Amino acid sequence: MNDFPRWKVVSILVFLAALMALAIPSFLPEEQTKNWGPLSHTRINLGLDLAGGSYLLLEADVNELATSRIDTMRDQVADEMRRANPRIEIGDISTRDGKISFMVRDVTQVDAAREKLLPLTGSGVGFTGQRAWDISVVDGTRFVITPTKAGLDQAIKNAMSTATDVVRRRIDKLGTKEPTIVGQGANRIVVQVPGLKDSTELKEMLGKTAKLEFKMVDENPADNEQAGKGVLPLGTQLLRNADTGGAILVKRSAVLTGGDLVSAKQAFKQEDNSPIVDFTFNSQGGKKFARITQENIGKRFAVVLDGVVISAPTINTPILGGSGYIEGHFTVKSASDLAISLSSGALPVTLKVVEERSVGPGLGADSIRAGIQASVIAVILVIAFMLVTYGRFGLYANYAVVINVVVIMGVLAVIGGTLTLPGIAGFVLTIGTAVDANVLINERIREEQRRGRSVIQSIELGYKEASRTIFEANATHAISGVIMLLLGSGPVKGFAVVLLIGIATSVFTAVTFTRMLVVHWVRRTRPTHLNI
Amino acid sequence: MRLLKLVPDNTNFPFVSLRKWAFGLTTLLTLAAVALVFVRPLNFGVDFAGGLMIEEKFVTPPSIDKLRTAIDQLHYGEVNLQSLGNDGKTISIKLPLPQSTEKDATNKVVNAVQVTINKLYPDATFSKQDAVSGKVSGELIWKGILAVVLAVLGIGLFAIFRFEWQFGVSTVVAIMHDVLMTLGFFALTQFEFDLNIVAAVLTIIGYSINDKIVIDDRIRENMRRYRKMEMPEIVDLSVNETLPRTVMTSLTILLALFALLIFGGHVLRGFTAAMILGIFVGTYSSIYVSSSLLISLGLRAEPRADDTATANKKAERVAYKDMP
Repeated sequence: MNDFPRWKVVSILVFLAALMALAIPSFLPEEQTKNWGPLSHTRINLGLDLAGGSYLLLEADVNELATSRIDTMRDQVADEMRRANPRIEIGDISTRDGKISFMVRDVTQVDAAREKLLPLTGSGVGFTGQRAWDISVVDGTRFVITPTKAGLDQAIKNAMSTATDVVRRRIDKLGTKEPTIVGQGANRIVVQVPGLKDSTELKEMLGKTAKLEFKMVDENPADNEQAGKGVLPLGTQLLRNADTGGAILVKRSAVLTGGDLVSAKQAFKQEDNSPIVDFTFNSQGGKKFARITQENIGKRFAVVLDGVVISAPTINTPILGGSGYIEGHFTVKSASDLAISLSSGALPVTLKVVEERSVGPGLGADSIRAGIQASVIAVILVIAFMLVTYGRFGLYANYAVVINVVVIMGVLAVIGGTLTLPGIAGFVLTIGTAVDANVLINERIREEQRRGRSVIQSIELGYKEASRTIFEANATHAISGVIMLLLGSGPVKGFAVVLLIGIATSVFTAVTFTRMLVVHWVRRTRPTHLNI
Repeated sequence: MRLLKLVPDNTNFPFVSLRKWAFGLTTLLTLAAVALVFVRPLNFGVDFAGGLMIEEKFVTPPSIDKLRTAIDQLHYGEVNLQSLGNDGKTISIKLPLPQSTEKDATNKVVNAVQVTINKLYPDATFSKQDAVSGKVSGELIWKGILAVVLAVLGIGLFAIFRFEWQFGVSTVVAIMHDVLMTLGFFALTQFEFDLNIVAAVLTIIGYSINDKIVIDDRIRENMRRYRKMEMPEIVDLSVNETLPRTVMTSLTILLALFALLIFGGHVLRGFTAAMILGIFVGTYSSIYVSSSLLISLGLRAEPRADDTATANKKAERVAYKDMP
């Protein structure tokens, strides 16, 4: 019985007090804890179901990415062959069946073509050094370039990492508090924005890829006539013109892209006060822009956003300052949305919302109120029940329960856990199961008493025999908790976290702490009989 | 002070003698539960069925028929309205997800529904919206099933590792019984089955196993203490010895759960209802499925040959505290 020396008592009390102290910041307003050093961030986050807000699961269109990757490669290949010295004449280029295939017209140039292709398609992937594309030659002159799985996977990985950054920058500009943006699996992004009242704007903003391109308008009458007959001349494409409502023929390759932008903001046009988007290029883009506008005075270029021409102005004077503006029937809102999207960069892939959960602030507040009310009532009921059943031993168990609740909050705050509504249910349930440990102990003490053992023996045996059972019962309970944590999503995870912390802390409070109280009492009063 | 004792000392209920009847009844009920799930499929929430769910809060209870007619006229597919909570002021509206590939198609549906509602009830406020695509809901179902299967297997393995194989098998059978009965309950009541219910099922598994381990632990202890005793007697003794604890613990947890059910708000209602059922089912299956099954599986009190050394030591330890 004498195994609670003073140092042990002190360390148990200090340990519990420290854990309980960690829960304090969560109950104070943020301004008050600002200067508490590391403790200022030790607070329990409320889940979206309690704080209100939006959860979005975005999925990238991998097929689209694969297709556009092949298209880009085809353009690069054609470009490379044209620029070769001497020029390599190719023909019959196609991107059917997810492969690029083309014919080299002069058999003697096949080796030269291969030389040109190797660096373009090589770039080893990761540590294994696998090729991103396989090149093969069939029938002597036909090249077939096939994307490898490793190459595509790497491209998806890169695109997702860029996309995550872009999404983060766009959401940061909404000015909401502490959004969470994390990648999930190969092609998904989880976005959580607490406190958001309306998710519509968020979704609109994330739905735009905001791929800005500047392309020259093809004004050659012969080309346009051909296109009118449904045959597109090589290197051109027909795009919808949102400005006029018709279609417009442009060169396929972009002279400049949004990637060269450094900033964009909503402004008003001086002449008629209509909303426009002002943009500035980086120095490289600015130089390019200056050169293009100098060389093409009197011609038209198209401003293409996500594959749609939003305006196609004529170049009147060279633009040398590296900045310009986009106009195109904007409202102030649509202009500022576009500015945000442009300055945070283009999404390399289209993202689709595959799961959305939004909770209004009203329901969140209701849930917190109901959750707290239920928890308080549950605690009172359990405490009363324990007290009338086990007397002094019940009282000790009750101390343990109350301390345990505060300790769970402290631990939750330290690990930066999130409290969800099911998490509150987890609390209530933990109260129930934590009491189970004390029930096991107390019932065992009752039993040993009935067997005629002395006070001290009964208590000793009660704790000893029950501890084994408690350990086994909690270990199995923890197994289901861990599985929930690993496989559960959102709210379920919140439940599992509270449950697991509760299992760990309750063993300590319900066994070690109450035992200390009991031993102390026995030593002080030397009871000859236990009223249990 | 006179303390409360719910279960008198030294009870001696003949639980085991009823076990043949109980097996029959349990099998029948379990089969009925499974059949029920097939006849009346579970009322899946949007988590598992996919689709769109909008929850609106009204100042005064609205007329569901009026709302249904108004939303039907938008022609977004089959609309399902349900009143949540006791006061009838919270209404959930379920719709299929729009088929259109347009990016903001879901937004449009939500806005249209909200406009329609606000025309009828200007004071209504948005409280919640869930939209789950078919692909994601399929994954969520799969993950839920996987979680339950892994939990059962993990716990079974633990029981085999810590006890004998018979304990592992009987526990797994009992837990499967608990899970099936819970599913049957949801098929019968047509309460909405969503992600939270999976958490509830996992918690029921956790609680139920907790309960079984306590009894199993006592059976093991008594097997070592009374080597000559027959298995049915040992089981009866162990169940009776742990009965006060079983009653106390289930009562405290039920107290806590009823507090949640009554005061915890409508969001947790399904979860809590499932849990309350689980406490009863789990406690029942501890006695009449897992413990009784131990006898049928041929668990014996004799120590194995390689176990004699430790068994002797244990015997010495327990020798002095034989029944008075």
